[in-house]
Amino acid sequence: MNQALLDQRVRDNRRMLVKLSVVALAMFGFGFALVPLYEKICQALGVNTLIAPDRAYANTQVDLTRSVTIELDANAHDLAWRFRPMLRHLTVHPGELAQVEYEIVNVRETPVTAQAIPSYGPQNAGQYLRKLECFCFTQQTLAAGETRRMPVVFQIDPALPKDVNTITLSYTFFEVAGASKE
Amino acid sequence: MLKKLAIGVLGLALCGLAMAAEWNLQPAASKIADDIHGLHEWVMTLVIFIFVGVFGFMFWSIYAHRKSVGHKAANFHENVGVEIAWTVIPLVVLVIIGWPVTKTVIAQKDTSNADITVKVTGFQWKWGYDYLKGEGEGISFVSTLSTPREQIEGRAPKGEHYLLEVDNEMVVPIGKKVRVLTTAADVIHSWWVPAFGAKQDAIPGYIRDLWFKATKTGTFRSQCVELCGKDHGFMPIVVRVVPADEYTRWVAAQREIAASVADDPDKSYALDELKARGEKVYAANCVGCHQATGKGVPPAFPALDGSKLVNGPKNDQLALVLNGKPGTAMVAFGKQLDDLELAAVVTFTRNAWGNRAGEAIQPSEVKALRK
Amino acid sequence: MSAVLDNHGHGHGRVHDPHDHHGGYGGIMRWVTTTNHKDIGTLYLWFSLIMFMVGGVMALVIRAELFQPGLQIVNPDFFNQMTTMHGLIMVFGAIMPAFVGFANWQIPMMIGAPDMAFARMNNWSFWILPFAASLLILSFFMPGGAPGVGWTLYAPLTVQMGIGMDLTIFAIHLLGMSSIMGSINILTTILNMRAPGMTLMRMPMFVWTWLITAYLLVAVMPVLAGAVTMTLTDRHFGTTFFNAAGGGDPVLYQHIFWFFGHPEVYIIALPAFGVVSQVIPAFSRKPLFGYASMVSATTGIAVLSFIVWAHHMYTVGMPVTGQLFFMYATMLIAVPTGVKVFNWVATMWHGSLTFETPMLFALGFLFLFTLGGFTGLVLSLVPVDIQLHDTYYVVAHFHYVMVAGALFAAFAGVYFWLPKWIGRMYDETLGKWHFWLTMIFFNVTFFVQHFAGLAGMPRRIPDYPLMFETWNRISSIGAFGFGFSQLLFLYVVLKAIRSGEKAPERPWEGADSIDWTLLPTPAPYHTFETPPVIEEAP
Repeated sequence: MNQALLDQRVRDNRRMLVKLSVVALAMFGFGFALVPLYEKICQALGVNTLIAPDRAYANTQVDLTRSVTIELDANAHDLAWRFRPMLRHLTVHPGELAQVEYEIVNVRETPVTAQAIPSYGPQNAGQYLRKLECFCFTQQTLAAGETRRMPVVFQIDPALPKDVNTITLSYTFFEVAGASKE
Repeated sequence: MLKKLAIGVLGLALCGLAMAAEWNLQPAASKIADDIHGLHEWVMTLVIFIFVGVFGFMFWSIYAHRKSVGHKAANFHENVGVEIAWTVIPLVVLVIIGWPVTKTVIAQKDTSNADITVKVTGFQWKWGYDYLKGEGEGISFVSTLSTPREQIEGRAPKGEHYLLEVDNEMVVPIGKKVRVLTTAADVIHSWWVPAFGAKQDAIPGYIRDLWFKATKTGTFRSQCVELCGKDHGFMPIVVRVVPADEYTRWVAAQREIAASVADDPDKSYALDELKARGEKVYAANCVGCHQATGKGVPPAFPALDGSKLVNGPKNDQLALVLNGKPGTAMVAFGKQLDDLELAAVVTFTRNAWGNRAGEAIQPSEVKALRK
Repeated sequence: MSAVLDNHGHGHGRVHDPHDHHGGYGGIMRWVTTTNHKDIGTLYLWFSLIMFMVGGVMALVIRAELFQPGLQIVNPDFFNQMTTMHGLIMVFGAIMPAFVGFANWQIPMMIGAPDMAFARMNNWSFWILPFAASLLILSFFMPGGAPGVGWTLYAPLTVQMGIGMDLTIFAIHLLGMSSIMGSINILTTILNMRAPGMTLMRMPMFVWTWLITAYLLVAVMPVLAGAVTMTLTDRHFGTTFFNAAGGGDPVLYQHIFWFFGHPEVYIIALPAFGVVSQVIPAFSRKPLFGYASMVSATTGIAVLSFIVWAHHMYTVGMPVTGQLFFMYATMLIAVPTGVKVFNWVATMWHGSLTFETPMLFALGFLFLFTLGGFTGLVLSLVPVDIQLHDTYYVVAHFHYVMVAGALFAAFAGVYFWLPKWIGRMYDETLGKWHFWLTMIFFNVTFFVQHFAGLAGMPRRIPDYPLMFETWNRISSIGAFGFGFSQLLFLYVVLKAIRSGEKAPERPWEGADSIDWTLLPTPAPYHTFETPPVIEEAP
């Protein structure tokens, strides 16, 4: 094969190498850029409503024509926490502000840190249950034997589908491991 | 004539067989389950019809178009009209199936206006029931397999409800809409009652709702239906449907039991009392791996009889039982058993078989050790 | 450095002994260093057969325990390990490599190419596999044993497992890499190295199905890698993707896994369809009916396979709209699949049929795969699936489509192409025995499982209530029969290699792809070193 063709081959290969390296670096950078990008997309699409703090509706009419029963549930599978809602259920009108309290008791001899994760039944009713004050996703540290009452202030969005009239709000407390070494 | 008779008899026999328990879905005890029976029969009939039709052609071809009978191959190999026909016709058939099915799907999801709400929690390896709302509110208990180990290991004849019996059944009244919230304490389980046509995964950290309304009284049995570890096959679900007045009586009885067995964690218990209680806890939770003889199945399940850990410092054994051993089948029983039960079972193991510790572990010691 | 070989031109290759000039190596090193597509195809096929036997033994352990109610043979933990590894080994170690073996052997010969595009990468694609398989087997010997989580590896159960789980994750990464590299090879070869005149619409159907399958593989294997990597980090590096405690969700794992998992079953099925599309026309002495329609149907199945994944998840608590969407999309796949079945029957119709072993397996496929497809249609209906999800009905369904479907097609392929590969015929009588024994015992094993599932028997349980006893006994008896019948297959293959009758140039009179018409039997070590010119549709 003559020299000119070989040189051309070398140049072509080098060009290809440059292109491929650029693509590889770009994809790597894309991986990093995904972190802020993901947040922006979720905000724009209204996904990931779990962590976003809810804002009260201004000027919301209370819909007196319908009532919604809210059931309250509490789970703490590590039995050393006692975790319960002060009320098992209550009835509200959409748009009305309501407040309930949950009680946690640390029955251990040492401080414990845990955080609560909410869950809703039916699942998509969750987006209509606007929590204006709640203790979810916030680490709670309780001293040994301490009891604490924590409020949840919420409002049902009047846009709740008409066929839903019971919503269960459930919290599960998970211990945050390693956060409470004495 | 004889042929028609034979076909008729065969058809009836098949229908009879289809009704028999082992061949088909379990008898329905709710309208949804009934609808599902109907849908299944309808789809099966259609499917069998199509299957016989299509393979009628294939078997005819196998018979009539053999080279060995001298059949010569034709040369055709495409036909747009036929292709369109056998694309459109199945589409139409699918729409015909889809329409009634859609209605049932929507009906199954409507959990509104329930009379009773029960939260069902899946544990490794038992179910917890909490009556959250409606008649029976506040009742809470754990439901564990009650088939004796000897039956499972073949040392005793198996009972009628082998692997389908529990110590505490879920009880509901007939004709009332029951909303069930499923969740789990550790891994994914799944709660199912075939007679009601109700199944839902139990996902740790989340609640999901489903509903059923029983139309028949009786006891309906089933099993956990999502692989959840070693004893996935040993955590049955038993629901007893009773008339309304019997339900009211059951609720009252449950409340009495709850009041009387409230465990006082600071109380001191006698050795014999702890050993007796501990034996029961052992039978329900430990015997599967460590065996009734305490000999275990080494190396996977260590022996407790004569074990260094069980005969050594009590806090070491307590810590292991409380926290489990990651990477093995030994789960953290601190999450499933209360201080009294743990104290009892550890006391039992330290004083059973060849082990002679001679001392009791009190619930307060367990409490102190919970990190 | 290419030797000056006596090139007989027109792509016929050299006529003398195909076993010389193997890159200068003999013995073991030949196989370790080979870049020849035929050698690599052979390696994949033997590996697949060995893995099939290993996975088969695990199945027999499972069925032995399930023969009677009660725990007799293994403990529940080990039973779960058996079900998990049986699944992983059969899917990733047996059935997928078998079809890759066919791809390697057949694709270059069917399109007039001398070898695969990336011959050296081809070698590595294979040699990763025994290493990955060893990791899977090694997991049994780790503390805690192999993972007992089901081949679907759901979180958070996987987080509880011992180090065997990590070995499995590593093995899956390797298996995925092998498949991805293999697919890149297949895609490049098919798209770039077809002989002049071999247009896409003239390619044998087998090549088309692999073209489409290769796209599916590169699309979804990385997704599986993602799912198991997230499991790995949840296990060891403090992430909580699948753990509600940190804001994660176990169901997320299921979405990611099944986004891979559903196309995966079509990755297995499509090459099987391709084999059957070669065998049925050959033994009907009639061209494949509706070639263009078959291509579109296969493409349609592949595209639809991406939007149906959540039909594996109807019971997780999905909103109604989700259930309905996935139900409709899944039902829709029945249409192109039906089109294919009708086209195969139409190929036979008014053909001139003979029933040698390859045709028997192809017809067995046609009948039983369709049966499995119908139970799939039943399962696609949400309310019915609520009763059948995670029961033996599902086990029966997927064994019908994977075993009576894919495995039967693989057997058909071996019997069909063995003469081309080794120049010898297999014993036709023994082949027929293998078929009938397999056919009968397969149905004894799996047909009754439909009833067990309907009656309510859950999956993945080592012991069961008494009402399921009859079906389990029958199924276990069938399983042992099925297992031992496969030893006959091993014998037939070995006998053919050692002492099979010399094959004629055209053992199958109706087979007319260019691997049959333009190449000698057996095919020489190097073929089509000069590309043939294809003048008319083969």
